Amino acid sequence: MSINKSNYDEYVKKKTPNSPILKNCIKAFFVGGAICVIGQAITDLCIMLGAGMTEVKIITPIILIFLGSLLTGLGVYDKLGKHAGGGSIIPITGFANSIVSSAMEFKKEGYVMGVGAKMFTIAGPVIVYGVVASMIYGFIYWIVNIVF
Amino acid sequence: MDYLYAFLIGGAICVIAQVLIDKTKLAPAKIVVLFVTMGVLLTSVGVYQPLVEFAGAGATVPITGFGYSLAKGVENAVRQNGWLGIFTGGFTASAGGVAAAVFFGYIFSLISNPKMK
Repeated sequence: MSINKSNYDEYVKKKTPNSPILKNCIKAFFVGGAICVIGQAITDLCIMLGAGMTEVKIITPIILIFLGSLLTGLGVYDKLGKHAGGGSIIPITGFANSIVSSAMEFKKEGYVMGVGAKMFTIAGPVIVYGVVASMIYGFIYWIVNIVF
Repeated sequence: MDYLYAFLIGGAICVIAQVLIDKTKLAPAKIVVLFVTMGVLLTSVGVYQPLVEFAGAGATVPITGFGYSLAKGVENAVRQNGWLGIFTGGFTASAGGVAAAVFFGYIFSLISNPKMK
């Protein structure tokens, strides 16, 4: 078979495995959903134990972040992440995972420039963009409140 | 019912991310940044609050919920303290989570090592 541009594209298309996107989405859906259910269970448990709404809003992310860090340290979360993709990256546990996994990876560069600096490789940009965006919103909100 | 809604909405938010990962080839880090920013934006236009009331942890556990809590924090602080709230609100609201992430992140990366290549 002679290979030219057009039948080469076809050939590649035929040889590439069927787009795994649907399978990936199903896994992301179940894992992401399950992590949120765990979050809801922690919230309800805290309320049952007598915590107020304000405290619960703080305690739930703290516990999830603790669990995400722990499971990353144990090597479990990254195994999950291989399958779950967005389902493990997007929940707040994934935020903790990004911190621990980059910090562990760069430990050999030392505790200050390795662990201390590299732990924010992914979490840093998240905080930067979140804070800047919320401050822009705050500025607009402040102006609107003064004018009206 | 709370649990079903948390599952469905939380799962759906993750599916949106998964589609972006597969379709756009954007690095996951960029998608997380995009989601946090979207969380702030959707909160500012009043869309995210109803979602939080409907889905609970399904809306607050995904990283868009971090954007939500930053935006809500700034909003409340501006109402109470005026322009100073623009600076203090976000971190006040997210202090617990950010401190936990720094502390547990640091401790667990000290005591454990990468498990796989």
